[in-house]
Amino acid sequence: MADLEKELRARRERGRKLLIPYLMGGMSDDWGKALEAVIAAGADAVEVGVPFSDPMMDGPVVQEAGLRALERGTTPDEVLDGVARAETPVPVAVMTYYNLIFRAGHKRIARKMASAGVGAAILPDLPIEEIGPWAAEADAAGVATVLLVAPSSPPERVARICDRARGFVYAVARMGVTGERADLGSDAAAVVGRIRDCTDMPVCVGVGVSTPEQAAEVCAVADGVVVGSALVRRLLEGGGPEAAAAFVGSLRRAIDEV
Amino acid sequence: MSRGDGDAGDDRGGDAGDRGSLMARPGPDGRFGEFGGRFVPESLMPACLELEKWFDDAWSDPAFRSELDGLLRHYGGRPTPVTECRRLSERLRIRLLLKREDLAHTGSHKLNNVVGQALLTKRMGKTRMIAETGAGQHGVASATAAALFGLECTVFMGEVDTKRQELNVFRMELLGAEVRSVISGSRTLKDAVNEAMREWVACVETTHYCLGSVMGPHPFPYMVRQLQSVVGAEARAQCRERLAGSDPDVVVACVGGGSNAAGTFAGFVDTPARLIGVEAAGGAAVTNGVPGVLHGMYSRLLQDEVGQIEEAQSISAGLDYPGLGPEHAHLASIGRAEYSSATDDEVLDAFRLLSRTEGIIPALESAHALAWVARNAGTAALPHGSTVLVTLSGRGDKDVAQVREILAGRRDG
Repeated sequence: MADLEKELRARRERGRKLLIPYLMGGMSDDWGKALEAVIAAGADAVEVGVPFSDPMMDGPVVQEAGLRALERGTTPDEVLDGVARAETPVPVAVMTYYNLIFRAGHKRIARKMASAGVGAAILPDLPIEEIGPWAAEADAAGVATVLLVAPSSPPERVARICDRARGFVYAVARMGVTGERADLGSDAAAVVGRIRDCTDMPVCVGVGVSTPEQAAEVCAVADGVVVGSALVRRLLEGGGPEAAAAFVGSLRRAIDEV
Repeated sequence: MSRGDGDAGDDRGGDAGDRGSLMARPGPDGRFGEFGGRFVPESLMPACLELEKWFDDAWSDPAFRSELDGLLRHYGGRPTPVTECRRLSERLRIRLLLKREDLAHTGSHKLNNVVGQALLTKRMGKTRMIAETGAGQHGVASATAAALFGLECTVFMGEVDTKRQELNVFRMELLGAEVRSVISGSRTLKDAVNEAMREWVACVETTHYCLGSVMGPHPFPYMVRQLQSVVGAEARAQCRERLAGSDPDVVVACVGGGSNAAGTFAGFVDTPARLIGVEAAGGAAVTNGVPGVLHGMYSRLLQDEVGQIEEAQSISAGLDYPGLGPEHAHLASIGRAEYSSATDDEVLDAFRLLSRTEGIIPALESAHALAWVARNAGTAALPHGSTVLVTLSGRGDKDVAQVREILAGRRDG
């Protein structure tokens, strides 16, 4: 299992901007192939969604992907098994909601993640106030808990979040849920700046970043970018691993020019 | 506290069994015993923390309290009466009293909460309220308060509920609110909450989320209980007046999220009265739920073995919720309140029973509490001669069309 922070720092030191695509585990028969395809197309790490019935932080595209995955009977263990089976030469982080973690048992699911080769977890509904019981088991199992900083986070919270974050710090580009947007909004640079004041960990921007141009724009200030809905939409539309790879390739080329 | 890995529940703090501190302010982490907390995205955490400060400040401000009391009195129609049910009492051989929240403005207890939150919205300098609604009672109440205070209002309502409560949709629109039909998930109350939360993340700077029940992240469960505690405080005094200074033997209220029950119980938690919460049989989070996290709170939830939330099923849109407020989960776990459920058939019977014996058409939600009483009168759970207070949380006008359809369907089928 790759150490997410070490891996991302090493790539950053080589002058590379970090590309972290997101796709939903279990959303189609060939999601494991899509996972391998986006890595081959230039991902530095991948976020794999574990579908939850009530995804509070997600917009319509990721909701739809989650619904499809659940309708196919996808369970959290199956997603982790799918990651374990896939060829993943870069770190994999799972993104899901806390109830699935709590229900599985912190220790059991942390160990299961580690044995599946999952190096990190992103749990958007688990703020620092509530993170203790999970973080203890995740740390023990070697699973990095990536934390989010929002445009609304005041400086004292940013400091506490950066202190507790592992892997990288996830800068939320805008107030709102995941989903494609025509413009980036104006918050991202300020959020990245507030994080930089507290830590030298890698900082990646996500939520609403939809196009190669927007990815390049955020990479001018951040170390990397997370792109979810724009990729998931292409998969929902039936593009398959090829369309996913083509889109991720276009993101790669755009941020390599930053 | 400890959670997960099968070790939950071994640390409930020192208040178990201490009636004096029951239904007091939760700790700084927003917990009632082990339940509650704040499980929201970081984007919303600052808003939750600020809301707590704003509410504490307002609640301890005599000017705020007197403005709220004045509004509830002169606009909302409080105090609502307690009615003694003579014919139904005779039939069930108990003494049945009803706390008449159906007589409050907008036809339910929901106004108590929204007037408070609308005042708070103004105090915070926000210009818009959003709300979720199931049956439409909270949506109508929110739209009403928004109209009264000149606030913008958007109400999220599951598509299933917009269909079964069509008239309430029109009512909200008439009051100037925008109603957004929610087509995600099961398209009922739980999904309306999801959608309202998503909207709140995007608009938190200008918008207050006026949550309708004692659920969600701290401070909502505490704040909504405080705002509804007027129900219990009035009822306690009214019961003592009628019962020669004593309290009822049993206090019963329906529970979806549980706001009318929480407000009622707050008035009786330090008396010897038994407290009974009645859930919908298809949404019985205490009986059939297990601890988990949804909508910002750690509570008891209907969920499958991996933690996917299950859809509640109830004739009453207002109780069609797979969880309940964290303070109820706590009261259940320490045994101070008991939770039971009523089936749709029992509820329909109780709906007709109260209509015919007392000339009061109850909301289907409230009929759950009556169904428990009707089922248990004369048994060990509710011996003949018991004195019972039921909070009639709302009036049934909104349900008449739906009940007519169901009864017609049964005659034809």
